[in-house]
Amino acid sequence: MIEQLDYRTLQHLWWLLCSVVGALFLFLTFVQGGQSLLWQVAKTQTEKDLVINSLGRKWEMTFTTLVLFGGALFASFPKFYSTSFGGAYWVWILILFTFILQPVGYEYRKKQWNILGSLVYEGFLFINGAIGILLIGAAVGTFYTGSNFQLNDSGFVTWMHPFRGLEAALSPSISSIFNIALGLFLVFNSRTLGAMYLVNNLELGEVPEMEARLRKASWQNLVLSLPFCLLIVGSLLFMRGYGIVDAQGTIEIVSFKYLRNLLAQPWLLGLLVAGLALLIFGVWKTAKSKETGGIWYGGLGTVLIGLTVLLLPAYNNTAFYPSKVDLQSSLTIFNASSSPYTLKVMTYVALGIPFVLAYVAYVWWLMNRGKMKIEDTGDRAAY
Amino acid sequence: MIENLDLGMVNWARAQFALTAMYHWLFVPLTLGITWIIAFFHTIYVKTGSEEWKRLTKFWMKLFGINFAIGVATGIIMEFEFGTNWSNYSWMVGDIFGAPLAIEGIFAFFLEATFFAVMFFGWNRVSKGFHLFSTWMVAVGSNLSAVWILVANAWMQYPVGQAFNPDTARFEMQNFAEVAFSPYAVNKFTHATSSSMLMAAFFIISISSWYLLRGRHILMAKRSIVVAACVGLLASVFTIFNGDESAYEVAQVQPMKLAAFEGLYEGQKNAGLVALGWINPEKKVYDTQEPFIGFNLHIPGLLSLMANRSFGSFVPGMKDLVYGNAEHNILGAVQKMERGKKAVVSLDAYKQAKKAGDSAAADVHLAAFNTNKEFLGYGYLGKPEEAVPPVAMSFNAFHVMVILGSLFPLIFFGYLYFSYKGSLLEKKWLLGLGTITYILGMIASQAGWIVAEVGRQPWSIQDLLPVTVARTNLTAGTVQTTFFMFLGLFTLLLIAEICIMVKQVNIGPEEN
Repeated sequence: MIEQLDYRTLQHLWWLLCSVVGALFLFLTFVQGGQSLLWQVAKTQTEKDLVINSLGRKWEMTFTTLVLFGGALFASFPKFYSTSFGGAYWVWILILFTFILQPVGYEYRKKQWNILGSLVYEGFLFINGAIGILLIGAAVGTFYTGSNFQLNDSGFVTWMHPFRGLEAALSPSISSIFNIALGLFLVFNSRTLGAMYLVNNLELGEVPEMEARLRKASWQNLVLSLPFCLLIVGSLLFMRGYGIVDAQGTIEIVSFKYLRNLLAQPWLLGLLVAGLALLIFGVWKTAKSKETGGIWYGGLGTVLIGLTVLLLPAYNNTAFYPSKVDLQSSLTIFNASSSPYTLKVMTYVALGIPFVLAYVAYVWWLMNRGKMKIEDTGDRAAY
Repeated sequence: MIENLDLGMVNWARAQFALTAMYHWLFVPLTLGITWIIAFFHTIYVKTGSEEWKRLTKFWMKLFGINFAIGVATGIIMEFEFGTNWSNYSWMVGDIFGAPLAIEGIFAFFLEATFFAVMFFGWNRVSKGFHLFSTWMVAVGSNLSAVWILVANAWMQYPVGQAFNPDTARFEMQNFAEVAFSPYAVNKFTHATSSSMLMAAFFIISISSWYLLRGRHILMAKRSIVVAACVGLLASVFTIFNGDESAYEVAQVQPMKLAAFEGLYEGQKNAGLVALGWINPEKKVYDTQEPFIGFNLHIPGLLSLMANRSFGSFVPGMKDLVYGNAEHNILGAVQKMERGKKAVVSLDAYKQAKKAGDSAAADVHLAAFNTNKEFLGYGYLGKPEEAVPPVAMSFNAFHVMVILGSLFPLIFFGYLYFSYKGSLLEKKWLLGLGTITYILGMIASQAGWIVAEVGRQPWSIQDLLPVTVARTNLTAGTVQTTFFMFLGLFTLLLIAEICIMVKQVNIGPEEN
């Protein structure tokens, strides 16, 4: 069956697969959210250990999903990989930097002779949780607001701004406001998710005060994230975008492009609305009752929102990585993808994904049957 | 294409990649190897129910965990460095090179990540059987990831299963099976994983020997040593065997690399392998200086045997490979460059004709391009001598690796012999040597990667794409800055890692 798929279908399919991985990553940033919440919700050493040990059993999932996101983009849209990583150099280097800090933050924090002291390792986790996610959000923002690059005949990138990608957040412009808003939305959303995950995963009967702080943090952060969400959605309704206007793939600025995309693909609007509703419902359950399952609603909601954010700038003949300085250099899923052969091979490979998801889910369930207790943090293997 | 060439940037980008790769490789071999040994210990515990074996399993697991974190942290940098520092490369070969990386993510990393948490924290949460299964899965997952990244690396050394597409100016995959099962990849994988087993065995022997010298944890240390020495002996012999296979493979597909790491300037029949000798670092391929300084000893015929499986065969030297050798029908870089330049010109003319809509002219230029396309990469070299990699570094690294590698089976055999005799505790000299074996193993292992990667310069893809084209358009200063950022952070974390490791070793296994 895969042999019969035409090139356009494969390109759409692979953008969808990459978007699913990206959306799952956004759900899994509950780990980063928990990290940036640490000092706020955990006041005693015991509480801190509980939080760190709970997140510490999941950080690898988030990390691996990010790595897979990169690998999948490399294989299926290599021109995006080369243009963005090589071009927006400083953004990615700084993001990577925060992801070096994360694993050691967990592994070394409580170990004797760790030189830096546990506070510094907690600081590492905070940097990864706050700055890392903020920058990822700003980078995703450029899918809408565009970047400053030019590609030559060979497809080699030249970046036209000295900040090498950091201008997405640092240049004084409306684009920066949009990009930063997306970054901050992701940061506060990750904290909302983090609080709900911890409520779900910890045996809170032992630490009732932290329970109250966590439940409060879930709605506090939702409230903080909503203005940015509204700003983004509001802008999207009015923003001009970068559309493919003819069969040759010519790119032009199209007014109300993202509104047009939403109207042309109403299911995307459905995903977004359902996502937001689920997220709010999850937080409401967490904050207003003794329920612990809010994370599942919030998580699914985040996946749906993430899918919308990644599909909206790519489908319906849109350039997903537009160039502000040279429109025709803009990347679309058609000009940035691998050859049909590679996409087909990778589609066969992707048939294994449900199996991977199945065992991940099974092991997750197995390990989370019992809540994390204070005694679990006393194990010598613990973080 | 490369008008504004800035060699400074290329060298800094290479240095940064080498830095990341070498730091990464400080941690990876242990992960690849020790997970099998831990799984073996764990199995004995589950079979016997003995608390002593459980303690032993948990102890090595804990040291593995400390090591694992920083291995992961350096690994993510490598994946994205292809994009950040080698973006032209990423675009030109993303079709082929991206696929193994994605497969590695889907099938190997998730296996590792999922079962890692169970292995560490599953003691009272899951059944004994499932816990043991998880420990084995971590070993399988980490080695599976080695498969795919080494497939990717092998492809750069021996680019099979691909074709250059003149319309997109990219290399595109034609045959996935050829890429995945390339003989070069098979050798790379067996050599890297068996040497990693050897390294893990040394890690266990180093720490256990130290305990024995201190008279601590005697039972645990002795048990660990017996298992590690058995594994290590097999792995070290196998590593020599597949190392020889690798050298044969290199001789067939990268003769320049072989000539460089043997310091062979003039091609020879019945060529000898250097047993002793100090390479002259000043010598250039075009001058008449002696290749070696002072005394040197060659074992006659051995290099011919290694390279071509026949004593009398001709092994081309660097001079033959640069200037050509008509007698032995060897094209030199000089001739390849001529044809490569023609390929570059035809390719440009083809593109122009296509742009102008002149399909007749385009066909002519394409036909001309096709006759020379296998030399395309040489068209981007400045002068033929650039085809020679750094000789002294390749030579020294290769010989350090071979000398140490030949010594390793003896050390493992010594440990086994005296363990069997029951006199290991009295052999202080062996235990003393044992404590530094891990460092020796690491030196040999890092040297191996220097041979593989420095020896293939100037190519990022053998014969097809030089590093000067593969680069990202960045200034040297930018890459320099990130080089020092990474150097500083990695070094800090390495120091922390070593301190934590030393402390944990000092504490030793949990007492009952």
